[in-house]
Amino acid sequence: MSTFESKNKKTQVYEQLIKLALITASVIAILTTFGILFSILFEAIEFFQMRSFWYFITGTEWSPGVTGSKFGAVPIFAGTFVITIIALLVAIPIGLGSAVYMSEYASPRLRDYLKPILEVLAGIPTVVYGFFAAITVAPFIVKAAAVFGLEATFNSALASGVVMGIMIIPVISSLSDDVIRSVPDSQRKAAYGLGMTHGEVIKNIVLPSAMPGIISASLLGLSKALGETMIVVMAAGLRPNISWNPLEDMTTVTVTIVNSLVGDFEFNSPETLSAFALGLVLFVVTLILNMISLSLIRKFKEKYKVNTL
Amino acid sequence: MISRKNKKKQENNPFYDPSLKRRHSSAKRFKKFTLTSLIFSIAFLAFFLFDIIGKGIPAFNITYVKVEVNYSEAAVKDYRKAVDRKYRNIISRAWLRELPLIIKDNPSLLNTKKTQWVLADDQVDQYIKGHHYRLKRKDRALIDDMKAHDLVELKFNSIFFTQGDSKTPEYAGLYSAMVGSILTLIITMLVAFPIGVMTAIYLEEFADDNKFTRFIEVNINNLAAIPSILFGLLGLAIFINLFGMPRSSPLVGGLTLALMTLPIIIVSSRAALRAVPDSIRQAGYGLGLTKIEVTRDHVLPLAFPGVLTGSIIGLAQAMGETAPLIIIGMIAFIPDAPGMVTDAATVMPAQLFTWAGMPEKMYIEKTAAGIMVLLSVLISLNALAIYLRKKFEVKW
Repeated sequence: MSTFESKNKKTQVYEQLIKLALITASVIAILTTFGILFSILFEAIEFFQMRSFWYFITGTEWSPGVTGSKFGAVPIFAGTFVITIIALLVAIPIGLGSAVYMSEYASPRLRDYLKPILEVLAGIPTVVYGFFAAITVAPFIVKAAAVFGLEATFNSALASGVVMGIMIIPVISSLSDDVIRSVPDSQRKAAYGLGMTHGEVIKNIVLPSAMPGIISASLLGLSKALGETMIVVMAAGLRPNISWNPLEDMTTVTVTIVNSLVGDFEFNSPETLSAFALGLVLFVVTLILNMISLSLIRKFKEKYKVNTL
Repeated sequence: MISRKNKKKQENNPFYDPSLKRRHSSAKRFKKFTLTSLIFSIAFLAFFLFDIIGKGIPAFNITYVKVEVNYSEAAVKDYRKAVDRKYRNIISRAWLRELPLIIKDNPSLLNTKKTQWVLADDQVDQYIKGHHYRLKRKDRALIDDMKAHDLVELKFNSIFFTQGDSKTPEYAGLYSAMVGSILTLIITMLVAFPIGVMTAIYLEEFADDNKFTRFIEVNINNLAAIPSILFGLLGLAIFINLFGMPRSSPLVGGLTLALMTLPIIIVSSRAALRAVPDSIRQAGYGLGLTKIEVTRDHVLPLAFPGVLTGSIIGLAQAMGETAPLIIIGMIAFIPDAPGMVTDAATVMPAQLFTWAGMPEKMYIEKTAAGIMVLLSVLISLNALAIYLRKKFEVKW
């Protein structure tokens, strides 16, 4: 676009200053990202100077605060993994199902009512979900497990996983809904013309076309589950535990970060710095997931030439 | 549907597909599955609200007992002497502790006796409300007797809105956390709003499509996806350890939340600016205005409702955020409301987190009531955002 400049010198200087201020403001977004990266990285490097990096990623014993403390993060990764899997097992089918109903079956008017309701789920603060998980869901799971003759702890992975899954439903449903709706109608019409039923059109034509977007939404949900803090701090356990049993208590990366920082350790002790090492892992993993997710969406947009996503 | 009568006809039909019935029922099952998942989400929301409201409503009332209070010299020295020995276990200790102060402020009360409504102990309150309680048999008998004489009453719990946190559950309120939240969010918006809007203006109106611009965009997208707890690590390492700002203060909390809110404001402001038609800009240039004049006087005012809506939504999200604030220490025990942005403070969600972890049962209903307050504020903010969008929305 062509630009217009005033002949008045004073105005010119003033406009240059404003433009400079605007650029400075934009640079803050970059500074923040790098601020996070470097603040975590430096403290993490300090930690790895004290403790072995190799043991951190392969060791199976996490025992801070005792003499001969050990920092093997595998049990913490395992707990995060189990809780995240539970969350995704809840969120992906329900989120995707809701998205399909809203975009393919519901009338536009009904959809206008349904979408805000799901968005309320996204607006609830995570501390509220955490309270619900700890006070209502966890005791219910203990009771339900007792009916089947199983023993569950009050801070079972299942309680926090299920509630976390519900929290992620809107993340998955909202993006999937947009993606499914931007699949061109010509595809549906062609499929109907070949005699497919409505269900077959959705399952065999629409969903495969929308798959990059759906995977992208699921990856966003996964990254959100990995970084979720309050639900697990309030409802999951503190004990590093490698187990597949969702009724046992286990801990996660975020819980361990919070616990090492609110403890009474000195800032330069390995106990505190281990939080930054875990933070670095979390940062790298969520960043990669987000990058993949964004590139999948970009490819989808280019393929179907949509700009609304 | 295929009726039995038509069945024979169909068998003679060369186009009849015998698997059609199965395919239709499979399509129906699929529809049912999607509907069920949607209903599940909505049912969860309904159950969740029902559960929280059911737990929280009782906390808006609190038990008072009518006893004789003796404003004597002895009570100034030892507040427990202000009431008869038999009432000591059923009266709130925190309330009694305030007595010497009340007498100090109002010396004419000294050496008088007054029969008045006094805040009851939390266990008495839980007993009256029919929850789980721990009372000695003697005290329970006393309460039953007083209740029979109408000396026990549930009154509106104004303490909840006027007091700060307390170690005695009946005296704990949300007030100092509310003040902390307001101070924190003022800092957040003072920082995030101008920077966010300026970034959006630069990217939408001024920036060329070059590597630098694309790099900024990638960074904003990533910022939006970074887990909130990592912003807490940034606040701890940079604002507190590097810049030496006071721990637990609304200043650090506000700055940390501002960085989190930034991407939301940038994205919504850009969308609002993009929605302003180019003809407005062309008309401005045609009249000889410079680019900055066009943006400042024409594009920005037209985009402002959209910018405001996005900012309110960002504000609501910052208000419910807890994890980064825990990392920077905003979960300290704060009985008094902070007066300055550098004082130690707590915010509403962090206060709820603290209460949820307390062993006394009364904190559960306090937490649920606090959640009701927090959710009402959040819903009002979002409703305001929707109202503004509807009211000022311009269809071009």
